[in-house]
Order: sequence, then C-alpha cells, then structure tokens
Amino acid sequence: MLIARVIGDLVATRKHPDHEGRKLLLVQPLNLDGTDRGDAVIALDAVDAGAGDRVLIVTDGFAAATAVGRPLPSPIDMAVIGVIDHIDLPPDIL
Amino acid sequence: MFLGQVVGCLWCTVKNPGLTGLRLLLVQPLTPELRNTGKRLVCTDCTGAGAGEVVYWVRSKEAAAPFLPVEAPTDATVVGIVDSVRLNRPASLENAPC
Repeated sequence: MLIARVIGDLVATRKHPDHEGRKLLLVQPLNLDGTDRGDAVIALDAVDAGAGDRVLIVTDGFAAATAVGRPLPSPIDMAVIGVIDHIDLPPDIL
Repeated sequence: MFLGQVVGCLWCTVKNPGLTGLRLLLVQPLTPELRNTGKRLVCTDCTGAGAGEVVYWVRSKEAAAPFLPVEAPTDATVVGIVDSVRLNRPASLENAPC
C-alpha cells in the first residue's frame, strides 16, 4: 500500500463495465516527507475520497478489485481504500 | 491505472492465437497535466480507442481480464477513453510533510 494525495478526477464515458459506478481519481503517490513519489496514477475510489485528501492506495489487482466490490478477474489494478487521518512518525525517520 | 495517449497502432500477422482479433495500440504515458512522461509502450485495446485519444490503461495480469474466456497474453490494456481530466492539485498542500 502507498500513501498518496488525491489531485483530481477524470471522466470516461467509454470504459470497461467493471469501472462503472466508481469515481476515477487521479492520485499522486507520496514519500513520507510529502514529496512526489513518481508520476500520478489513476485509482478507483472505494471510500468516497475527494480532491486534497491524503489517502491509502493499493496497487495490486486482487486487493483493488476486492475493495471496489468487483468480481475477479477484473481489469482494475489500483484502488483508494482509506482516507488517512493522521500519521505518527518519530521525527528522525524522515 | 495510468493516463496515456494513443499515438498509433500496429499489426502482427504471426502472433500468439490468444491475440487474434485484438487491436494493438502504441500508447504514450501522460502526466495529469497531459505532458509526455516515460517511454511509449504497446497495449491491447478493449475500448475501440483511436490515434490521438487520451485513454487510461491497466497493467500486469489484470490487463488480460477484459478478454476472458480467451486467455490473451497481454500485460497492458487500454480500458477507458478519457473525456475530461479535472485537476485540483491544492497548492497549499504541495510538498506538505506527511
């Protein structure tokens, strides 16, 4: 799982039926110090997250499809599975 | 899933039987700002996307799911055509520590 920030969403009319009914969120994976960790990715929303939220994402097909309640196998490889309230870190870890 | 833009297509006459009838697209990965990022790759297609269209694609084992029960040997598939991207990157949160 990765920590990420929701930076937007996208609209797609023509898409695989397993993606219907869930928001497509643009999420930017983050390092612990808040900097970007690679490029932004697209994840299906399982928790009703919104722009600006810091979230938890899974990057595995089984976890993602299960989280959004789709039958396996399903062409889903990323999903937002939680909205992070707080991260407790010792200061020397950064 | 990842954003990308279809930049072309390709054909193979000799190929694995699982790929018969599937379209093969050349896809350029994009950032949310729709700038090119990374290297182009070949994706199978389950949407009917054409050159120039912004799409999103899925990678790894899940890329074969749209073609079941045919077991297509693919590791990247275009699964949606993007109509619009709404970017709302909050400037105040940029690089805010976790």
